[in-house]
Amino acid sequence: MQLIVTSRSTARRVCALALVLLGGLAAATAVAGVLPEDRADVLYHRYQGGGITIQGPSVLVRKKIGENFSVAANYYEDLISSASIDVKLSASAYKEQRKQESLSLDYLHGKSTYSAGYIHSKELDYNSDTSFFSVSQDMFGDLTTVSLSFKRGWDRVYRDVRLPDRSLVNDPAFNDGRGFDIADHRGYGLALSQILTRNMVLSLNYEALTDQGYLASPYRKIRFVDTSGKGFSLADQIYPRTRTSNAFSARVKYYLPYRAALDAQYRFFTDTWGIVAHTAELGYTHPIWKRWIFDGSFRYTRQSAADFYADLFPRANFANFMARDRELATLQSYAVGVGATYEFSMPHAPWINKSTVNLRIDHLLINYDDFRDATVTDPGNGILAGAEPLYKLNANVLQLFLSIWF
Amino acid sequence: MRTPIIPVRVALVLALVQALAACSSIQPWVKPFEREHLADPIMAFDRNPVSGSYRDHVFESREGARGATGGVGGGCGCN
Repeated sequence: MQLIVTSRSTARRVCALALVLLGGLAAATAVAGVLPEDRADVLYHRYQGGGITIQGPSVLVRKKIGENFSVAANYYEDLISSASIDVKLSASAYKEQRKQESLSLDYLHGKSTYSAGYIHSKELDYNSDTSFFSVSQDMFGDLTTVSLSFKRGWDRVYRDVRLPDRSLVNDPAFNDGRGFDIADHRGYGLALSQILTRNMVLSLNYEALTDQGYLASPYRKIRFVDTSGKGFSLADQIYPRTRTSNAFSARVKYYLPYRAALDAQYRFFTDTWGIVAHTAELGYTHPIWKRWIFDGSFRYTRQSAADFYADLFPRANFANFMARDRELATLQSYAVGVGATYEFSMPHAPWINKSTVNLRIDHLLINYDDFRDATVTDPGNGILAGAEPLYKLNANVLQLFLSIWF
Repeated sequence: MRTPIIPVRVALVLALVQALAACSSIQPWVKPFEREHLADPIMAFDRNPVSGSYRDHVFESREGARGATGGVGGGCGCN
């Protein structure tokens, strides 16, 4: 009898392992079986660092309709004021605004949740439309949730030029006189969420993304060796017009005996541009004094450079593809974050079940191994092109938001 | 000496069939009434979606890696 139990137990473990292996893929936009709570969030966000300030509001409202439907709407805005190192090198400081709206619908049917949505983003030099669909299924006594997702995006890229009156308009000469270029995106995801024990849950995610079209920043430049002047000259970047990436992540959350939660996450990323990245994050959540919840996290990313990236190319037209976007450089990124949530009663609003005010601050440090500060090149004082100090980005990210459940 | 390929394959197929057969009779090893801790809001992977998606966006705009974060983001010219 004992032998049979052991055998079934072993088989069950093998089965669970098989499911885990099969289940890798992701973008769990919904937890199957239960619709998300009715809730509204109003957030103010502010990013400041590297000569850039980006701030604005984000409002997210989610509401059930009947027993089977839930609708969510989000409005997000970026107000950008930029005098970054890239702008200083090849352009002039600017201000712009980006607005994004999204709408999604979840439909619960038995153990399955179907979700569909649409996202529209608009700024003066970039328009983007994205639609997505996902289906999630609970199984094995609701211990396991498997999700499949697909998204499709259509972008239009413009390049702005400044008129004599200082206003910005789309450059009609961009893309050989067409005035704009396009970028299409597709994403395929598979996710698996698995209850492991009464205190531990696991999430596995896989996502493949493909892009086709104009994928560069139209403003940033490469630099190449030129013995005249500062020792370098600038030229337009030339990106490949296709990119495919694969990302796999695993995340575990563990409930500690004294009501706190520990969170560990790892992501592996690789793409056809030659970038390989590893990201690890640890998080800790600690409720205290009934009304307070404190969060802390540390995130680390290491990535290798794209094959066609260089800080300083040996000459103009050195290769078919050339880029100097620092997002494609070899880098190490560190982020330390702390957050606090305070739950309170909203006066004169009996229809509100719960309300919280939340503050989160993250400090971000990115060390680049092969991106130099080309704004300080000064051959007369011995700072030659290609020998400038390596660039570091320090930024603070603030989020202040109010949440209500109704 | 030749490797006995066919018996190995047969054994693998049998093992897979055994594993799949176990799936059909799998029983939840954490019962619904044992999920009190898992239902605690602090155990949610994304306790505040409006905050989590913004944070993902901040990193994705400044690094080469993207995806597999569990959310759906739209496109933007954000670098």
